[in-house]
This record gives sequence, structure tokens and C-alpha cells, in this order.
Amino acid sequence: MNVPVSYYLVLSAILFGLGVVAFVFKRNVITVFMSIELMLNAVNLAFVAFARARNQLDGLVFVFFVIVVAAAEAAVGLAIVIMLSRNRESLNVERVDQLKF
Amino acid sequence: MPILNHLWIILALPLAGSAVNGLFGKNWSKSAVNSVAIGSVSLAFLSVAELVREFSHLAADQIPYVGNYFTWMTAGTFRVDFALQVDQLTVVMLLTVSFVGMLIHIYSTGYMAHEGGYYRFFSYLNLFMFFMLTLVLAANLIVMFVGWEGVGLCSYLLIGFWFLKKSAADAGKKAFITTRIGDFGFTVGILLIFAVFQSVDFTTIFKSVAATPISEGVLTTICILLFTGAIGKSAQLPLYVWLPDAMEGPTPVSALIHAATMVTAGVYMVARMNPLFSRAPVAMLIVAIVGAITAFYSATIGLTQTDIKKVLAYSTVSQLGYMFLACGVGAYAAGIFHLMTHAFFKGLLFLCAGSVIHAMGGEQDMMKMGGLRKKIPITYWTMLIATLAIAGIPGFAGFFSKDEILEAAQSGPHANLVLWLLGVVGALLTSFYMFRLVFLTFFGKPRYDEHHVHVHESPFNMTVPLMILAFLSIFGGWFAAPKLIGGIDHFEKFLDPVFSMYAPATAVVSVRVVDPNLLPPGYSAPTPGMDLLHALTGWPVIVGILGLLVAWWFYVKSPDTPKRLAKSLHGLYTLIFHKYYVDEIYAALIVRPLLWISTNVLWHVVDERVIDGTVNGVAAAARESGGELRKIQSGNMRSYAAWVIIGAVGFAVLLFAVLGMR
Repeated sequence: MNVPVSYYLVLSAILFGLGVVAFVFKRNVITVFMSIELMLNAVNLAFVAFARARNQLDGLVFVFFVIVVAAAEAAVGLAIVIMLSRNRESLNVERVDQLKF
Repeated sequence: MPILNHLWIILALPLAGSAVNGLFGKNWSKSAVNSVAIGSVSLAFLSVAELVREFSHLAADQIPYVGNYFTWMTAGTFRVDFALQVDQLTVVMLLTVSFVGMLIHIYSTGYMAHEGGYYRFFSYLNLFMFFMLTLVLAANLIVMFVGWEGVGLCSYLLIGFWFLKKSAADAGKKAFITTRIGDFGFTVGILLIFAVFQSVDFTTIFKSVAATPISEGVLTTICILLFTGAIGKSAQLPLYVWLPDAMEGPTPVSALIHAATMVTAGVYMVARMNPLFSRAPVAMLIVAIVGAITAFYSATIGLTQTDIKKVLAYSTVSQLGYMFLACGVGAYAAGIFHLMTHAFFKGLLFLCAGSVIHAMGGEQDMMKMGGLRKKIPITYWTMLIATLAIAGIPGFAGFFSKDEILEAAQSGPHANLVLWLLGVVGALLTSFYMFRLVFLTFFGKPRYDEHHVHVHESPFNMTVPLMILAFLSIFGGWFAAPKLIGGIDHFEKFLDPVFSMYAPATAVVSVRVVDPNLLPPGYSAPTPGMDLLHALTGWPVIVGILGLLVAWWFYVKSPDTPKRLAKSLHGLYTLIFHKYYVDEIYAALIVRPLLWISTNVLWHVVDERVIDGTVNGVAAAARESGGELRKIQSGNMRSYAAWVIIGAVGFAVLLFAVLGMR
């Protein structure tokens, strides 16, 4: 059975949109973090779909890069989250607004 | 032809002297500075002498000899070469400038011996020589303008030499700004010449004006604009006011720049541009009128001044008026002749005045001198010779040149009896105030404190230039002497090619024509003996002697006459003593309104409100908008994300809109 590429793209767009909405509206820093992962993986899905549809490896290579970046980001991000929870005893992103004018 | 092929050497020598003294002279001994300054000027004079020798071997069709060194600038059809030229007029000017300049350099080593800034003085003086020689050697108007402005700069620097003295600094500024007004006219004149003739080159302009007639109105405009420059530079009415103030400078400077050379640049320029002036009778008339009125007017001011240098300053203005009168009546050669003799006797008068001031320990007021005849005999005798020369006593240089000018004003092709009368009365006044100066300074009883002022004759390096110039003040005019006994005027004959080559018919006084059948109308054939008698009993001589006698009566025979006369003519005396209040009138009419406009409009409105307002306004706008815009940086991560999303969506919409339009 051959699933058309547009199906994958629609799914990817929905996942990305969910990630965006979650990023903007969620307050818990962990959830925000997860929404970023959601967006990254939506993009990965689109890459894989295109790579398969066009029978080329370029998209897959990009996916590997994205996964590596996501892993690094998770490592750094979780470290920041731990520091935040220690210092502020809260995971609410609205209370982290020191870097401003 | 080593110099003729390398004319630039004449310019390079004083320039190098100026540079060496200016850059390294500060810590040198005075004798080292002297050697550089006098060495460079003397070498320049020797080069000029060699140039004259080579010039005399040139064939008539090789004159003017032009040395073209490089193209200075080109823009479209506008092209200026750095070119120098030599013709008879240049030769006369070069000899006068370099020789008098050299003598005054030597004199300065004595006069300035005890002054600070010694190296600076000589550096400026050499720089002046460079620019003055550039001015007279120039082959086109732009190079001439460089010299013209350069001498103005040096004049400014040297008037304000004692710049810590406010009056000297102010006088320097006054000289620079006043001449600048004239220079504006000169600049516009040059531009107009280029617009009309498509060239700034002398020979090209003259050939073109001689070949194709040009509307007289345009020529008159050009000539009047050029003459405006001459009015400023040569201190004629109404821009003469800077010259008397220029006496704030050291006396050798007054002698070199403000008597012998720079102030005559205007006369030289008018004579140089004679093919244009000769074709613009209205402009000629204006030149003659301005010259004659200035000659008379400033002579009257000279009558009442008590500062020895101020008398000479007004006298210079007056004599420059005679030179312009000569040019204005078409007797260019007589004007240049008077320029040369004036350089000798007026240079000498200033140097003598310097010697007197030196002897009196800095005193310049003639009312505090008197009886110096026996104490400084060399100064006395040389000054007497110069005075006889300027008064036009027969046998002295000034007699020949002044006589020629007044003769041209009386009977030349542009004769004008009113102008002649002004000239003759001016000559009477000249003779009177000059002998007044001599009698007040050297005769009578001393009016200074003899216990405190130690009067002493000046050293050799000052008196030798005096004696050389005294010699020239007698014999410098004898080139013209053969004319009086039926021969030819060698000076006019020498200069004749310059003034007749491109001249329109019958415009220029030419005395070369001895054949009675070829004389232009209005001339009578010269008769030997009669001419001599005529010249010796002419009005210029009579008034010259009359002035001497009146001055002798007033200041030697019965010294209380002037005071009584001043009392009975109180109003007139006060008016003249205050120089007709011209400085005050200029201050009220021009300087103060200008100052008011500058302060209240240009400064407080244009500068503070408009210019500062614009700059500050732009800064304030940036600060204010930045202050508002920075609130976007809320620190809230989610709002940043929202901006990114809005941006991305906006960009996507735009992209689709553009693609959709394709």
C-alpha cells in the first residue's frame, strides 16, 4: 500500500502546530520543552516522508542531524531546568523573565 | 639658457628657504637663519639677473616666453597648466620685487635682531617672496591667483606677527577679510573670463580678444570685477581701510609688503590685463576715477596723522591711486614706472621710519621726536632723498614717474582735466605731508626725554640697504630722462611691446613714435629744450616745491601755525584727524549689522535651532523610539516565541501572496 506523501505532510503540520500551541500556552517548563521536541519530530517526519518519496538519502541525513541537536538540547535544557527548580522552586516559565530591558 | 628653461628655480629658492627655516630654524642660531633666508633670496635675485641677461637675447617673436611645467587640472574644457611666462613687464616686476625684497631681508636682520620668533619671521618673509614671484611670473590667471592669495596669506601672517598684541591680531584679520571682499570680485571675473574666452591663459585670452570683437558690456563687467580685486589688494577706495591698520606689523614688513610689492599687485594685474581694459573705456574711466579720488583723499588724511608709519601708510594708498590713475588714462607704462620708483622710495621711507623707530626705542609718534638730524645722519639723509623723490622734485625718481602720469592725465588719449587736477592737488598735499614728516622728525628741538631715550644710529646691515635704496630713489627714474631733451623714454620703450601687442588703435600712450607724422591726434611733436623747460616748470614741480615751502613755514619757521590753523578750522581738522570717520562708518553700517545678524540670526536661530535642532532632534527621536521599542524585550520567553511565530506566519503569507501574483 502506497501512502501519498501529502498524508505525512498533513500529519507533520498537525504535530508541528500542536507543538507551537503548546509552546506558547503551556506554563510548565518541562511541557514547553516537550513541545519543542514535538516540533522537531514533526519536521523529522516531513524529512523522512520526502526522502522516501524521492528515493534520496539527503532527508535522512538531515534527520540524524536534527536528532543529534535535539539530544544536545535536551541535555543542556534539562540542566537549566534543574538549576531553575533549585533556585526558584518553581517550573513556571512566566516567573523566568529576568533577561529584559 | 639655464634659467629661462628652468623658470621654476626662481620660485623654488625662496620656497625652500621658507621651508628650511620654518621646519628647522627654531633651534638654530640667528646667523644660521640669516644665511638661509638671505641666501635663498639673494640666489633668487641672481637668478633673476641671469634671466634678464638671457631674456635680452630672445627674439621679439619669442616674447612672451612661456615655460609650461605640467597640467595642473583639467575638467571638460577647463584646463589649467602650471605655466610661467616672461615678458618685459614680468622682467621689470621680477627685478623690483627680488632686489627690494633682498635689501629688506638684509635690513630685517638688523631690525628684528632682538625680537622673538626670529626664524618664523624669516620663514614668512621668504614665503612671501615665493608667492609674490609666482604672482608676477604666472602665465595664466589661476596661477596668478595662487600667488595673489598667497601674498595675502603672508600679509596676514606678518601683520599679526606679534599676535599676542590684540590690535596686531585684529589688524591681520581686518586686512585678510577686507582684501577677501575684493578677491571675491576677482574670482568672479576669472570665471567670467573663462566663460567668455574658454581659457584662463593670458596669451590665449589676449589673442582672442584682439581677433574677435566681444560685446563691450561683457568686457566692462569683466574689467570691473578684476578691478574689484585690485581695489582690495591695492587698498583703494572704498577698501583701503586695512592698509593703515596693517602698520601693526614689523616695519620691514610694512616696507616690503605694504609699500613696495604686494599692494602693487593690483596695478600689475590691471597692467597685465591691459588688452581687456583698453577695450572697455567705461572700466578704464572707473579705474582712473577711483585712482584719482584715492590719491587725493588719502593724501588729505596724511596731513594730520602723527604716527610716522600711519603717514607713510596713507601716502602709500595715495601713490597707489596715482598708479591706477595712470592705468585708467591708458598710460600703463607710466603706472608701472611709478610702481617701480615707488617701490624704491617708499620702501626706503619705511625702512628709514624703521630706523628712526629703532633709534627712538620703539616710539612712533612724531610729536615725541624732533631734532634727530645730527644724531642719526645716515637715516636723515636717505630719508630726505626719499622725500624729495616722492614729492616729485626734479632729478629724483618720483619726478619722472609722477610727471608722466600727470602728463598722460592732462594730454593723453584718455585725458581728463578733473582727474588731472585731483592728481596735482594730491601732489601738493603729498609734498606737504612728507616734508612735515621730515621736519617734525629731524628738525626743531627734541620733544622727547633726552635722559631716558638713547638715540643711536642703526647698525650697518640696516644703513647699507638704506643707502642702496637712496641711490635708486635718485637714479631709478633716469630711464625716462632722455625724453626731456627730445630723446626717448627707455622705460616706456622697453615695456611698449607688452602694452601695444594686443592694444586697440590709439588706446595706449606710446611715446616711442618720434616721427611727427605718425603721432596720434592730441600729441605735439617733442621739441628738445622746450620739453625740459616744460617739465621743470610744470604744475607737478611747482606744487612739489610749494608743499616743501609751506611745510617749512609751518613746522620750522613758525611752529605754532599748525595749532592755530587747526583751531580756526576745528571742524575740518577733527574730521580729517579721525580719518573722515570711515572706520566708524564701516563699523556702524557693515560690521555691527553683520555682527548682530551673525549673533542673533545665524548663531542663535540658524545654528542653535535649525542645525543643532536637527541633530539633537534626530538623536532624541532615536532615543524616544528606542525607549518605547525596548519594552518588546519583556524577558518572557513565550512572548518571544509568539513574535517569532507572528513573523514566520507573516512571512509565509507574504511569500504566498507574491507567488500567487505570478
